Amino acid sequence: MKNARGIRPSMILLTVGYLVVAVYVTFAHSDDSGTMKHDHLHHHHFAEFAKVPEKARVRLNPLESDTDAVAAGKKLFAQHCAECHGSTAEGGRKAPNLRADEVQNATPGEIFWILTNGVVRRGMPVWSKLPEPQRWQIVSYLKSLAPAEKSP
Amino acid sequence: MKESANVPSSDARGSGHSNKNAFFGRLAVYGFLLFVALVRPASAQESPYIVTYDHYLEEPGNLEIEYFSTFGTQRGGNDFDAYWVEFEYGAKAWWTTEFYLDGQTTFNDSTIFTGFRWENRFRLLQREHFVNPVLYIEYEQINEADKIIKEVEGHDVEADQAVSNALARRTLDHELEIKLLLSKTFKGWNIAVNPLATKNLLPSDPWEFGYAIGASRPLALKASASQCNFCPENFIAGIELYGGLGDTQDSSLHDTSHYLAPAMAWNLPSGWTLRVSPGFGLNDNSHRLLLRWGLSREFSGFGEVVRALLGGRR
Repeated sequence: MKNARGIRPSMILLTVGYLVVAVYVTFAHSDDSGTMKHDHLHHHHFAEFAKVPEKARVRLNPLESDTDAVAAGKKLFAQHCAECHGSTAEGGRKAPNLRADEVQNATPGEIFWILTNGVVRRGMPVWSKLPEPQRWQIVSYLKSLAPAEKSP
Repeated sequence: MKESANVPSSDARGSGHSNKNAFFGRLAVYGFLLFVALVRPASAQESPYIVTYDHYLEEPGNLEIEYFSTFGTQRGGNDFDAYWVEFEYGAKAWWTTEFYLDGQTTFNDSTIFTGFRWENRFRLLQREHFVNPVLYIEYEQINEADKIIKEVEGHDVEADQAVSNALARRTLDHELEIKLLLSKTFKGWNIAVNPLATKNLLPSDPWEFGYAIGASRPLALKASASQCNFCPENFIAGIELYGGLGDTQDSSLHDTSHYLAPAMAWNLPSGWTLRVSPGFGLNDNSHRLLLRWGLSREFSGFGEVVRALLGGRR
């Protein structure tokens, strides 16, 4: 008779096997973020700005004059965005530099739209689960960043 | 009855089984410690729903490990505590895959493992729309002693679960479950509606139908500037309504059960999420109380760690 209270070896093996197969399948047909050249990543992500509808592009940040917005946005960025974009938004292997000119020159409405809709095919999730004021706080933080230093 | 000399005694068999279980138990603990050392905790913004799904998927490459418990009252039988462990992995920004292990303890009866589930959710549209559809497909291999009540379908009623574990576990079900997850977030409110259809893969069994509806909202929409565990934006309150809608052989609502469940999620900056939800049966076919709680933690970079272990680049 099986010991129902014990950890079943088959269940451990099944769980580990499942996770390994899930990750393998994920990466097997990927183009992929792991080998994607930085410029390629950069180009594809920033191309999304061209898709922002005009109505969204001209939206103003309602928290523009909120003195806490940048600090709150920095906290939210660390919690939800830094994992891919780097702790100071300098970019990572999976996601682009947000200090780049394309972002710093974008309107608050454009950044808000990208944050809301994500770039799902390129791996950026939609962030509409964050309430609208929190997304504007992140926009405030991103617009407060100094542009990236240009390489010589 | 005498035992044959060639057959090991039940004590010896039990001892061998215990050693094997202890070995795999240690292996699981060491594996978990290695895993925690290699991956980083990630901050989550989880909804309070336990039965309903919104349209948000796991972030790609992240793994969320969740434990949930459901204490249920049982008229005409013994109360129970059913539980499951859930491994939720963000395969892509548009695809989340989950693996569940279910078990339950029926008081004055026994504790048993009841089966596993493999769930996949696919985001159908790339951007946010007025309503956001996600396709949910799940395969379940569970026995009839399963009591986690992760969904209610067909003519599920409380009396189905008054059967003893020894009897109920003899019947193994292979089920396919399909849901359409429709969800929208507006001004901080999330509204989610999940119609579902389930089919036991025996040809003679009918398709069964059910629903889950949820609404939720954070206690504050703006984040505070400082790190805090008790800031109101860390708490999301909600309510769920779910139940059965008959089947293809009998589409009436008689012998169906329905529940109303307030729910609360507490998302801690450290990456832990605690959920609590007392559910109340709305008719005589429903359990009077389903008290649920769950604890989960999200880890980032899991996919990259496994990839590196398999010889790829991290």
